[in-house]
Amino acid sequence: MAKVKGYVEVNTDRCKGCNLCVISCPSDTLDLQPREVNDRGYHYAFMKNPDECIGCANCGFVCPEGCITVYRKKVG
Amino acid sequence: MNANDIISPENLVYAKPGLMNDNYMHYCPGCSHGVVHKVIAEVIKEMGLQEKTIGIAPVGCAVFAYNYLDIDWQEAAHGRAPALATAVKRLLPDRMVFTYQGDGDLAAIGTAETIHAANRGENIAIIFINNGIYGMTGGQMAPTTLSNMVTSTSPDGRNVQMMGNPLKILDMLALLDGVCLATRTSVHTAAAVKRTRRMIRLAFENAMAGKGTSIVEVVSTCNAGWKMTPAAANDWMVENMFPVYPIGDLKNI
Ligand SMILES: Cc1ncc(C[n+]2csc(CCOP(=O)(O)OP(=O)(O)O)c2C)c(N)n1
Ligand code: SF4
Ligand code: SF4
Repeated sequence: MAKVKGYVEVNTDRCKGCNLCVISCPSDTLDLQPREVNDRGYHYAFMKNPDECIGCANCGFVCPEGCITVYRKKVG
Repeated sequence: MNANDIISPENLVYAKPGLMNDNYMHYCPGCSHGVVHKVIAEVIKEMGLQEKTIGIAPVGCAVFAYNYLDIDWQEAAHGRAPALATAVKRLLPDRMVFTYQGDGDLAAIGTAETIHAANRGENIAIIFINNGIYGMTGGQMAPTTLSNMVTSTSPDGRNVQMMGNPLKILDMLALLDGVCLATRTSVHTAAAVKRTRRMIRLAFENAMAGKGTSIVEVVSTCNAGWKMTPAAANDWMVENMFPVYPIGDLKNI
């Protein structure tokens, strides 16, 4: 059966750590950095479980800063 | 499969819209304004209107909207965006002219301009960000503030006997013959963002087709003014704002 794999790139300089992408994700892929911060002091988003991403782009749509780029590819 | 097998242009499904530049936005983390800015940028690009669009920026948190979208803009005095939009559209009728206004701008100081522009059926689109509060100046009560809602100027909650009722200005605007589209949307989920995109596109099409005034009210959050996290503000909006400002079309002709 064809499966889809997704990948998310976060513009970490632009991210303000609002968490809206994290809660929009159906597959629990994203989280905010627990310790690391960007130059402005925000705990930016990152792929905590990269294998889980299905490339649905929910995170991209709800991001107020436009700091998320989403890719999706059919595999198998 | 590793990331490099997926990251390539043919697999791209979402990116920051090209008309939104790289200037760092001044909005609080999680503010709805940024999402609506992105949607406007996407629709203008999709319609090929980047050289034909003139946005009218408000006074309020979105006062610097012109710094973020690479289109032509004019900055209006507080509440006067529909009057300025009227002038611009009448002088340059081939342009797509839209206003971007908060609820303090549109439904308090700018009530007269808004209602009369809509009543004249000016061929403009009005994007109305209703977060129920004056965000920029520190979270004061607005006409749109919900009953019993706590703000910096109604610390015990809005007492409607003393302070009036939440103003459903979209319902009033929908009654006017000059209005062809009056609809409420939101941007708290991907599905909601997609509906907002469809409605803003329709509003821009109406403006270009000379059908009259279109108003898209985006029921929004001001998490800083509401003193909540962005996620909690979304939930609060669904629970408290949506019953008073229900999502959907009031008029679409
Ligand atoms: C003539 C005038 N009166 C008052 C103000 C102060 N003022 C600035 S923004 C604002 C309210 C903005 O609220 P809203 O339109 O809801 O936008 P938001 O900041 O919530 O996005 C007020 C009263 C002003 N700048 N000019
Ligand atoms: S694209 Fe979808 S699955 Fe992947 S991180 Fe974003 S919300 Fe989660
Ligand atoms: S004060 Fe409210 S409306 Fe203004 S940027 Fe912050 S969250 Fe957005």
